[in-house]
Formats: sequence, C-alpha cells, structure tokens
Amino acid sequence: MEELLTSHFADERGDPLMVVGTTVPRADARGHVTGRTQFYEDVTFPGMLHLKMVRSTRHHALIRAVDTAPAMAVPGVVRVLTHKDVPANWYTILRLIGVEPNDEPVLPEDRVLFLGEQICAVLAETPAAAAEGAAAVVVDYEDLPAVFDVEEALRPETPAIKPHGKNHFVYEGHHCRRIRFGDVEKGFAAADRIFEHRYQSSPIEHAPTETTGCIVKPEGSGRFTVHSNTQALFFTLDNMALILGLPFGKLRLVGGTVGGGFGGKVDVIVEPIATLAAMLTGRPVKYAYTRAEEMQVSSPRAAERIYIRDGVMNDGRIVARKVTLYVDAGAYSRHTPYGTTKAAAHMPGPYSIPNVHVDAHCVYTNRTPSSAMRGFGVTIGDFALEVQMDRIAEALGIDPFELRLINAYRDGDTKAHRKTVEGAALIEVVQEAARITGRGLPRRFQAMSSLTRETAHG
Amino acid sequence: MKQSPTKPSVVSLEVNGSPAHVMVAPGATLLAALRDGLGLNGTRKGCESGTCGACTVHLDGEATMACLCLVETLDDARVDTIEGLATSPEALHPIQEAFLEKFATQCGFCTAGMIMAAAALLAREPNPSREDVIVAISGNVCRCTGYEAIIEAILHAAAVMRRAGVSRAA
Amino acid sequence: MARLRGRGMASVNYPTGMNLGGDPSQALIHATTTGNFVITLSSVDLGQGLKTIMGQIAAETLGIPYDNVMVDTADTDTGPHCMGTFASRATHRVGNAVIMAAREAREVMMQVAADELEVDAEDLTGDGKGRIHVKGSPEKGIGLVDLALAAHFKHGRTISGRGIFMKPKSDVDPETGAMDPDSAQAHACTVAEVEVDDETGEVSVLKLTNVYEVGRAMNPAMVHQQIVGGAWMGISHALYETTEPYYPDRAHGPLDFAEYLMPGPGDLAEMRSAVIERPAKNGPYGAKGIGEMTANSPIPAIANAIYDACGVRCDEMPITPEKVLRGLDALRGRAG
Repeated sequence: MEELLTSHFADERGDPLMVVGTTVPRADARGHVTGRTQFYEDVTFPGMLHLKMVRSTRHHALIRAVDTAPAMAVPGVVRVLTHKDVPANWYTILRLIGVEPNDEPVLPEDRVLFLGEQICAVLAETPAAAAEGAAAVVVDYEDLPAVFDVEEALRPETPAIKPHGKNHFVYEGHHCRRIRFGDVEKGFAAADRIFEHRYQSSPIEHAPTETTGCIVKPEGSGRFTVHSNTQALFFTLDNMALILGLPFGKLRLVGGTVGGGFGGKVDVIVEPIATLAAMLTGRPVKYAYTRAEEMQVSSPRAAERIYIRDGVMNDGRIVARKVTLYVDAGAYSRHTPYGTTKAAAHMPGPYSIPNVHVDAHCVYTNRTPSSAMRGFGVTIGDFALEVQMDRIAEALGIDPFELRLINAYRDGDTKAHRKTVEGAALIEVVQEAARITGRGLPRRFQAMSSLTRETAHG
Repeated sequence: MKQSPTKPSVVSLEVNGSPAHVMVAPGATLLAALRDGLGLNGTRKGCESGTCGACTVHLDGEATMACLCLVETLDDARVDTIEGLATSPEALHPIQEAFLEKFATQCGFCTAGMIMAAAALLAREPNPSREDVIVAISGNVCRCTGYEAIIEAILHAAAVMRRAGVSRAA
Repeated sequence: MARLRGRGMASVNYPTGMNLGGDPSQALIHATTTGNFVITLSSVDLGQGLKTIMGQIAAETLGIPYDNVMVDTADTDTGPHCMGTFASRATHRVGNAVIMAAREAREVMMQVAADELEVDAEDLTGDGKGRIHVKGSPEKGIGLVDLALAAHFKHGRTISGRGIFMKPKSDVDPETGAMDPDSAQAHACTVAEVEVDDETGEVSVLKLTNVYEVGRAMNPAMVHQQIVGGAWMGISHALYETTEPYYPDRAHGPLDFAEYLMPGPGDLAEMRSAVIERPAKNGPYGAKGIGEMTANSPIPAIANAIYDACGVRCDEMPITPEKVLRGLDALRGRAG
C-alpha cells in the first residue's frame, strides 16, 4: 500500500473523514469473482440477429459498386443495410454542439478513407451466417492515392482526402490550435543554449479484454433498449437519435458495467447501425467487435509527432519553448479536434516558462481514425517533454531533479494558456521522489515550495 | 426456400457436476455452448482465438480455453466453470475470497479466467512458487491491474488452503 | 555482452475534467424504508471503481455506514444525465453531484430525526454506524430504519436529494490559446530503474518509484490499484504497444494478443509509491482523480533510464529491442 506523505499541505486538509479516505471493499468485486457480474453480452433475446460488417480492404478508394445479392443468397442472411438505409448518415460529435463540418458517414456513400472502414452491414440468424454473408459481398473499388504521413498530408501539393478540401481541422480560421504567450523569438535570442528535437509515437490500442459491442431490443412500446458497453450513455443516445431521426425519448441506453474502457468505448459506432437494423427488421440485433476489429478498426490513441525547440539559460531556466505538434487523427475527426486542443493546453508541461509558442495540428490521413485514450492529449506530450528535459539536464550538467525544480510552476504563476496556477504540487512530488530514491538534494532545492516562488537569494 | 446446411446436434456434458445436454451448431465452440446454450456467462468471450484466456474453464480437470474446443468432440466430458467453484452460495472458494481481500479485480472481465487458471494450478500444486503462479496465469490477459495483486491473491489462497488442510480438486 | 543498468526520472501534471468544461453530471439519492440509501446515476464504471467511490462519498456526506449505500447505474430512463466516464472527470463531477444530493437528503433526514426526538436538528449527529443521536448523548437517538419508516409513514416526508455539478463551458481564444482547460491539476514523479541487454536490445524495467499528488486518496486500496495498473500500462506503452509497428506504414498490424505485445505477469517491475494530498478546492473532499495520470510519468522515466543505461536516446515510442540495438550499433559505429 502507498505511504501517505502527510507533511505536505497539512493545513489544507480539514477534519478527519469517516468513510472517504478509508479502504472499503469494492462494491463490484463479489460479482467479478463469482462470474455473476453482468456485462452487455450476457443478455440474450429470442430471435436475435447477428450483425457482421463488410469492411474496406483498401486504404483510400472510390466505391464504384457494392453487390449485396451474393450475401442475400447465403442461408440465414436476412438483410443487408447500406448507406441508403441510414436516415441521417453522419456521425460526428461536433454536430451535437453545432460545429461543422460533418465529417464521418455512418456508412460511406461513395468512398472509403481507411482500411477496415465499415461499408455495409449483413444481418443473419447466426454469427457464422453473418460472417459468410459479409465475405460474399462484392465491392468494386477504384483506388485513390493514400496519405499516411502527417507532415506529408499538410503539404500543399498533397491532395485533400476530405470532402471539405483540407487535410487538417480548422480552428476558427487557423490551421492549428495556437498558444501564443510572450515572444519565443526574443527568448531564443536571449538564451544561452538552444535544444531542438523531434519525438514520435505510433498508434496504441486500448485492447480492453471486453470488446466493443451492443445488443438492441425493440420493445412493445415502440421504443428501443440498447444494452451497450459505452463509456457515455447519454452521449451515445444523443448521437443515435440524430443519426436515426428518432425522437430522443424512443431510445433507452442500459449499461454502466464495462470490461475495460480506457477511452475506447466513447465513440458512437456500433449502436446506431445495430439500432437501425432493429428498427428495420423488428428483431433484436447484436453487433459485437471481434478481437481483430477491436485491434485494427476501433479507434486507437493517435500517433503524434512533436517538435520541441527550447531556449535555455546555463543555470537551467527554460526561457522559451516552441512546440509544433501533429496529431494523426486518421480518416475522421471523432474526438481529435478536442484532444488536440487539450494537447496544446498541456504545453509546456508543469513549468513556468515566460515565452511559449504552440502550434497543434489535427491532421487527417488514410488510417483508422484515432480518438480518446487514457491520457488523451497528454500522454505522448509528456513523453516528449520529459525526454527533452532529460536532454537539457545532461547537456547543462544539471541534476534532472533540480532542473525540474528550477522550472516548476508555483501557485500564482501564469500558465501559457493564461490560467493562474493554483493547487500546484510538482515541487513536492519531485522532492519526495528524490528523497525516496536516495538522491539528497541541496538545501536550496529542499526548501522550495509550490506555495511561493522563492526570492533570488533562495 | 433456402435450406440451412447446418443442422444442430446435441452434446452431452457434465457441467459443474451435473449432466447438461446442449444443442449446438456444427463447429460450435465449448465457449458458445456454455454461454449461448447453457446461459453460463461467467466464462467470458475476449478474443475467440485463444490469446486472452478470459474463457478459461476446466476440461476433465485441466485448465483449457473454451474458445479453442470444438464442443462436438467433447461428448461426456467433464467441464467446470467459475459458476461451480464456490461450494455453496454463501461460501466462496478460497481463491475467490483471496481475490476480494487482495483487491485483485478492477473491471472484472479477466477475473473468472484467472481464477479458473489458478484453481487448476492449486489443485495439482498446493505450494506453488511465485514463478509457478506466473506460468499458470501467463495465458490470461489483464489490462487493468498490472497482475501483481492477482499473483498475491493466488499465493495467499494457496497458503490459506494449505493451512486449512484443504486439498481441492477444483 | 552486458546487462547495463540505468536510472531516469520524469515529472508531470494531469488535468481534471473534460477540456474547457461543459460536462455536467447529475445524481439522485433516496432513502428506502429499509434503512438504505440508493444513489441513482447514469454514470459508467469501467472497472476503475466509480460505484464504490460514489458509495463512499454518499456515506461520508450522509454520516451513515458505507454498507447502507447502494449505487444504481446505468440506465438513461432512471439515471439523470451524466456526460460520461473519461477525461478523469467521474470522481470529480459525479462525486460533487453526489455530495450535493446527499446534503439535501441529509437535511431532511436530520429534520425528521429532530422531530422524532423532539430536539433541534443542529443538536444531532450521525455516528457513522447507522444511528442519528443527540451530540454527546448517544442513548438519545434513532436508527436509520426507524427514521426512514417514520419519515415515510408518519411525517409524509421524502428523505431524498438532487445534485448536479457543472463547470460551465468556455472557449479558447483562437489567436492566443487563452483558455480555462481544467478544474484541477494532479501531479506525479516517477523514477525508473531499467536493465538493458546490449545483445538483444531487450529492456527490463526493474523498479519504479512513484510519488503522486492526487488531491485526496478516496480509497487507498483503489488508489493503489490505479497506480500499479497505470504503471504497468506505462511500461507497456514505453516498450511494447503499437497497432502499426512500422508507422506510418500500416504493414504487420497486430490482430490479437499474440501479436499485440504487453508485459505479462513475468515481466513486472518492483514498485514503490507514495501519495501526497493537496485537496482541490472544487473537488469532492478535495479529490482530483487519478485514472489517467498513472500511465504517463513512467513512460519518459523509462526512456531516460535507457539512455542512462546504455547511451541510446530513443525519441520514438515504443522503444523496441530493434530500436535499442540500432542505437547501440550507431554508438559503436561512431566509436569506430
């Protein structure tokens, strides 16, 4: 169990608590160890149909034709849904708050933008029949040039893969989310040393042990009950209602017990099409991702490419930080425009740097659309920032703990996004980590506190 | 009219100590038979390819992934699932108690498979080393806990069972 | 051929709540006539333990035992609106909503108790064990079941409450990026010790030492779960995980757990962690949330430890054996 270090901020903690702060048994554990916890797939209904999605085998292509007749000839196949069946064929979070452009079709009308994109949905009596039916569908593609690299996607000569004509999200007229704080060029000019490096990650999958899925049941009342492992019931309901053209009150979402989410069950991908199938057939419908679909088709954490240019004084103070960040949104926006803003807000890290310049781009490429994952907008940024700090520490001959403490933000400082720091505790976690690992810090660093910025004389 | 070529057949198993007859489609897995045929949902479906262990059951006493077994080949086999582990509704198995005590569950989806893998280990090795436990659960993926609490729970359960002089054929 | 050891550190912060706000959550509480309280939500438990924590918060605010509280979630017909479980928002937002609802319920509860005991409500306290009694006179009191029955059948009053927490949505200045992104910031520092096999490029994480500042550790055992599970995921991200091993080329994308590598139970690091609490003024009992931050500081700490061990600076995640070996080759090439 963790040691609770109570010497810090002691006067900010009030009266002792009775229940909060104590270890009580988990409310859900007994169900887990007996196998009785009910996940969405543990319900079943008579007459339930199984949905298997036909998926693109191309990275970027026009759809010339889709022949679903061979699927209908497979015994057990009941119906195939295409884009023509979808009442309002757009999925985008941004619709709910009135931000355009509509960017992702529920089922594509004329083209696919990533390998594995859903094309049409086969409904059958058994999973095997649905899979056989899906395999029988013939799609006639005409390949288009595919873009895979974020910086290449932004070059003017690279064709736009999106109908609105740009391979990036537009932030109020700008091609990126911007932070402009102070004057980085002045900061660089005044700096003793410049450090400029590039950092890169690749997409990462949530890989929960329970895959994404839902079961939809038409009710006698004319409503639909959706058993789902979504992380956000009302968000799912609202999106579904818009896509299906249903009054919101016709939908009921049931769930709340999920076998691992990590951000991978926030997007509304399986519920609308499964409910459409239930509406059109009058039967319960299950749409569950296979593990292979969960791995390669469900949205991953975005790959990011981050350039950091720092102006640093020999005493360790970082006086200017310029971050150029590319988030690989993949084929569709999903939550990435939001996540890119969050990534910009997170810069320049928990440090008070007087001059900060950030350009954070949300870039479209022909790959599986990325979306939220544990640490959205932050995790990869932290990798880049803290490796950069390590480089600076080594080059200046400054202890890595001390470099953090020199630059750490304190209460009352102004962050690059102009919010005032409060509740800071970076200094304290660094001090304690140093102490616990046997790194004895010099007195002036031990005396530092998040509560005040020490004077020049320490 | 389309003729379905897939006529189901009946497979007879002993499940958690009782006879069970379940109708299955050709090529059905033991996992499908347990969940869809018998309503035993504690055996979870995580990958259907034998790479996650969430569907671990005991087949004739051996820890086995139910998604890899063609149930039509299992006539008269003895199958034990998580539902049969506790001796009674009130009395949990020591491994189940240990998972509670050691906070070895988070989302719970891997838990039944982990416990069944552990139960098979403790049935044949009442005094496992940490390495033995690691090997026994190496086919079970957990995405939440980081495994340490699970290992502790299994070792603790083994100690409890040894003290109680209990030697359980799980 | 050698196994080289190294140490590296990283320090980070983490924002609480959906970026820019606009993510409210509601909670409802009612007392049954059998001495229990039901919290009704539409919030989702991903396994991080929301159901447990909300029960604790309600019990604390009501002054009753945790065992008397039931959490009922999630159904959009019966549970009031919740934005969802993400962005480390649930403990903070839903927790605050539960506190508000519990306070309203508690006020009614205390008033009914006051009427039953013929005292003023301010003279009463809950003992945390199921009894409301006069402060200093525990024998003059009433149990929760009797209280609930009295409220419902005798006084005609509902012991129930409603709660909501909302941080209003704000906008970003498009030119400067000025914004109010979060409700609080949590903090972490990780020191990693690794061992690099300079023949295979494999990296073993030997030990992680973590210090977390989380506002309030709501349930120490569950904080431990997030720290250990998150650190494991951090190791996994740093060294193993990718859906595109040759990014930006899409070839050889893994399809199952045999191909998507993560550390197994035999690949665990020794962990030692400590927790600091600096309560957030706007958090439920000061909580800032911990679900996401715990994977973040281990990743660069490991990268920095690898550099310390063998001189290979890896700027690209995941830091695979191939990348380490290429780095070592480059160093040896340079050395002639």
